[in-house]
Amino acid sequence: MLPTGTAPSPAGDYLDWGVIHISVTNLTIILVMLAVFVLAVLLPFPGTRSTPSEEGPAPGRRTDG
Amino acid sequence: MSTSTLTRPSASVSGRTPDAHDFPTRRYDLVKEFVIALVVTGVLSVGLAVAFSSPDEPAISLRDWAVSAPADVVATATSELAGTSPSATYGPPYTSNGDGQTLGPLPLQQWGGVRLRVDSANDLVVTPLSRVTGDTALATALAQWRAASADQRTAWATAYADALAAAPAGDPAQVAPSSDFGPVPLMTASFLTLARSGGLEAVLDAPSFFGTDPTRSLLLLSDGSYLEEQARARSLGGDQWGMMNETGNYPGQPWMWLYTFWYQVEPFASSDNADALVWGLMVVLTLLLVFLPFVPGLRSVPRWVPMHRLIWRAWYRDHPEAVRRR
Amino acid sequence: MSAPTTGRPAPSPPGRHPTWTARLRGRIAGAVPPGQALPDRQPAYVASWVYVFGVATLAALVVVLLSGGALAIGGEAWWHTSSLGRFVNSLHLWSVEVFMAVMVIHLWGKFWMAAWRGGRVMTWITGVIAFVGSIATAFTGYLSQTNLDAQWISTQAKDGLNAVGVGAWFNVLDTGQMLMWHIVLLPLLVGLLVVVHIVLVRRHGVVPPIDAATPTGEEVDR
Repeated sequence: MLPTGTAPSPAGDYLDWGVIHISVTNLTIILVMLAVFVLAVLLPFPGTRSTPSEEGPAPGRRTDG
Repeated sequence: MSTSTLTRPSASVSGRTPDAHDFPTRRYDLVKEFVIALVVTGVLSVGLAVAFSSPDEPAISLRDWAVSAPADVVATATSELAGTSPSATYGPPYTSNGDGQTLGPLPLQQWGGVRLRVDSANDLVVTPLSRVTGDTALATALAQWRAASADQRTAWATAYADALAAAPAGDPAQVAPSSDFGPVPLMTASFLTLARSGGLEAVLDAPSFFGTDPTRSLLLLSDGSYLEEQARARSLGGDQWGMMNETGNYPGQPWMWLYTFWYQVEPFASSDNADALVWGLMVVLTLLLVFLPFVPGLRSVPRWVPMHRLIWRAWYRDHPEAVRRR
Repeated sequence: MSAPTTGRPAPSPPGRHPTWTARLRGRIAGAVPPGQALPDRQPAYVASWVYVFGVATLAALVVVLLSGGALAIGGEAWWHTSSLGRFVNSLHLWSVEVFMAVMVIHLWGKFWMAAWRGGRVMTWITGVIAFVGSIATAFTGYLSQTNLDAQWISTQAKDGLNAVGVGAWFNVLDTGQMLMWHIVLLPLLVGLLVVVHIVLVRRHGVVPPIDAATPTGEEVDR
């Protein structure tokens, strides 16, 4: 089932910069997260062009149901 | 717990924030949003799983170790008998003979106590060997070992360890026999044979029938150098940011970046108390994050760096009159 | 004391202590303002893509739990020998990566919004503790893989935990113990924190923008 002895697999691709030693995969994940955050802040959200008159009244905390 | 009222704005740490329920509202379908999020995260997870799968490098069995690195097995068994292996001199929770790490004046490792006692020489080597039957030479060697004093045993094992270290590639076959080594060469050679048979884990780990606790096998394996060599070849070593990494090109644990960062720099990189120091530092930083609303300066950063102007730009644009003058 | 046919719970007779049941009922009912447990309106300022990362974290957590449950169906070593098991394991790994990613983005957003304002300190605290708890849960997951990675992680992590005395109680080399922490104890803890966190969000409502005044126009003195 499992092979005896272990053939080492490649360590994967890494980038080195000063003390930093990071896998390409991890760096990609971090960069994508930052990009997604920036996009989330910058991209317009549906409905943000509504004028104040389209907004409903304050609900209060006493709505039924 | 009481509900908030219209008349009294809820207090906050940094001044009064209006009650969210007093504001004009817009239609917002939470359940639909959750269902969409579930579909998106589900599809994303399935897509990534299909595209990239997941790593599964097989565990190194003690037989694997014996086949791939027999010299390391012999050297490790010798160090257990000599009492010089990492596990033999570890301190709590395994032994009483090490001081362990401290956090400043606090002997945290000692405070844990010796609750997982391991006698490296006997538990990891001698007792497993004593289970072997039909080997009269081994039986004689074990009898000789048991009859000797502790100092004699240490002298034999240490001498053999030095000879192995001096031999080309640590090969036991290249070490000339000597009475200085006592029964150690035969014991360690038999230990290698036992490891090769595939039965060593069952003898080491108790209970051995339904064993789910490989503590002793792992201690033995990590006392050698083979496991670490395999790990370092995959950039998993502590000084290789290993805590963040995975084998191959698979995603690792990017969220561990700050924990592993400290091990890469001084004073932690060369400190004997690195683990305790890094842990202590991370506890402080984590507490700062937990109690951030109470930390002066840190809690004001969102006000100083106006990211909120971007996030709520539609609100600020549509309600210029509803912004407090500072 | 029989309940009236309207279905509304009968009030306690005057002079008697409220029952434990009535007290619990009161606490549950009072946890969020009426109508705010699942409202279909939000304050008008809830209009940014940054807001979706909270619900994305919750959704990703559901995928993590479901894929973990599927792994449990096959058992501890199933994924080593079955291609379906391996796929389910991949689903669990990637859903965890997605979960951690969106949770951290959610944290970034909440920091820049200073979302602890207005009595929301406990929302922040439960969130951070849930974050730390998630990391601990993932850690025990890595320890439960029964492969080379688990061998290395456990023998390394033992040094960190032993150094501070924790390893004497929490033995990362004990696969059986670590698996049970991973599938029982830590998910319960994280789950409880998530429930409290979400109830608090519904209770206080989404935090208003920094420097927003009460919409009646009256200015609130600092």
